[in-house]
Amino acid sequence: MSERHARPSNADGPSSTVRAWVREHTSSTLARVGWTNSSVRFGGGLVCLLAIIAVVGPVLTPYDPTAQALDARLQGPSLAHPLGTDALGRDVATRLVYGARVSLALAVVATALRVVVGTTIGLLAGYLGGLVDAALMRLVDIQLAFPGLVLALVIAGVLGPSLRNVLIALSVVGWASYARVVRGNVLAVKDRPFVEAARLYGTPGRRIARRHLLPSVLNPVVVLATMNLGTIVLTAAGLSFLGLGAQPPTPEWGTMIAGGRDYLRSAPWLVTAPGVAIMLTVIGFNVLGDGLRDVLDPDHLEERDRGRS
Amino acid sequence: MLRPVLERLGSLTIVMAGVSLLTYGLIFLTPGDPAYTILHEQRGSPPSDAEVEAFRAEHGLDEPFAVQYLSWLTDVLRGDLGTAYTRSESVNVLLVQHLPNTVELALAAMAVSLALAVPVGVVSAVHRDSWIDRTSQLVALLGVSMPNFWLGYLLILLVALSLGLTPTSGSGTLAHLVLPAITLGTGLAAIVTRLVRTSMLEVLDAAYVDTARSKGVRERLVVYKHALRNALIPVVTIVGLQFGFVLSGAVIVEVVFQRPGLGTLLVDAVFARDYPVVQGVVLLTAVAFVLTNQLVDLAYVALDPRIEGGERT
Repeated sequence: MSERHARPSNADGPSSTVRAWVREHTSSTLARVGWTNSSVRFGGGLVCLLAIIAVVGPVLTPYDPTAQALDARLQGPSLAHPLGTDALGRDVATRLVYGARVSLALAVVATALRVVVGTTIGLLAGYLGGLVDAALMRLVDIQLAFPGLVLALVIAGVLGPSLRNVLIALSVVGWASYARVVRGNVLAVKDRPFVEAARLYGTPGRRIARRHLLPSVLNPVVVLATMNLGTIVLTAAGLSFLGLGAQPPTPEWGTMIAGGRDYLRSAPWLVTAPGVAIMLTVIGFNVLGDGLRDVLDPDHLEERDRGRS
Repeated sequence: MLRPVLERLGSLTIVMAGVSLLTYGLIFLTPGDPAYTILHEQRGSPPSDAEVEAFRAEHGLDEPFAVQYLSWLTDVLRGDLGTAYTRSESVNVLLVQHLPNTVELALAAMAVSLALAVPVGVVSAVHRDSWIDRTSQLVALLGVSMPNFWLGYLLILLVALSLGLTPTSGSGTLAHLVLPAITLGTGLAAIVTRLVRTSMLEVLDAAYVDTARSKGVRERLVVYKHALRNALIPVVTIVGLQFGFVLSGAVIVEVVFQRPGLGTLLVDAVFARDYPVVQGVVLLTAVAFVLTNQLVDLAYVALDPRIEGGERT
């Protein structure tokens, strides 16, 4: 074994594979086919737009998302405050823009954690087979035995209300569907001649998994992850709405809806505006996911999304 | 014939054991000492060492984990889920009190979703790519992308506050059920509409539908008799598999409409750190979820004669 392989594989492993995948696919799939797919264009465009707003928005708004201005409480939409102000006189549009940072960052990080955990477990189960497979798949069954939100709610609640704990809860509950998909794909390719040949050459198992198995599962994982981003935005907003996520005065969309419900009649924009923001984000991810699925995964794999989390 | 049944029962037992272990183990995620944190939460002030000690002894928290878990599990298997921390009622009683409202809401939501989704899905499939099809797909996209608690407040604002047609919150009468059922049913309807459409399109392509058409059977009869019946088989099973989605959604919808049900019970218990209640609700929903999935699998086999009782992965 050369020195190169003695390096911690996590550091260079996935990234080199991802780089290879991007090199191979950006030229063919994404650029040529992907961008001609209208769903990918629309969903991707919407997601990019929201990401840009999340990054630059705070620079453009003159207001502070948390500073109270009690002389400007509950003002309706106006030129100075396009989406009105809340019960503490804070500009709703400014808080939405800062909220986009929270929601997008949370969704991306939680999805990344799910992907890493689920893919690792799926690879191990599919490649090693036998007892390891049986044990890991029972673990998957156990995770899928809980309705997603119920388990996430309890984990976040027991750990104590905070954004960090919502992130932990969302990562703990969603990895199982990745494990299933990855395992299925590994089972489908692991006896194909190119893997067989690598094995006969004496390639170490870790390298086979990384170089030969991982690339073949990337497409379905990318599709699943994109769809998942939308679900996570919804679930995270729901948990924050229940009071388990971001704590006031942090600007977060679910928390904003919870704070606005007492003013439903007098200041309906407090509930409507964050809801529209959540919906646009989820639409972006869902449409992008649909489009990517058509492009990357033409068989659609009939993954029946048991108990969406 | 017996072997797959036994295998299924075996893996079901393992899953249930894991579920119970996880359910009981959840409370040990509590930051710091559970007994101290629970008492602190209940009183709002730091408890004394003696109080913590007494609480531990009373609830068996001074035993090693394995002993605690096994004694809890023994009680659960006897049908006793323990006593709530924050009130003197047994968890069993609380579950029995709150379950009917949640079941009522779940069934009503499923009814709403099917009533919307089946006709819309069928029409979309029959008139594929028409404006009806495109509109219904757009609406379905909005439906799955909408946070249900938000939809709930919009409905409260519009139907209850502005038009005064229904009460804003509570439970008991049919009028109380309408808005929550629509709120919870909409997301599900969006999912089911897509399923009905896909399933219908597949069936309309099938050879027996061509045969029926070529025999001169009227188009209407082809669609509603030959195609729809077969298209609904996968739909029935997948609606069953969405039970977890409905349970998850019910938690939030119950909070929005302040309906006393398992969801509100769970949320209150989580905040009060009333762990026996939390464990009771989690265990009940998980068991209900697992059993529904098993029943749906069986129903699928029973409905579709082409499938043998093999394993689906």
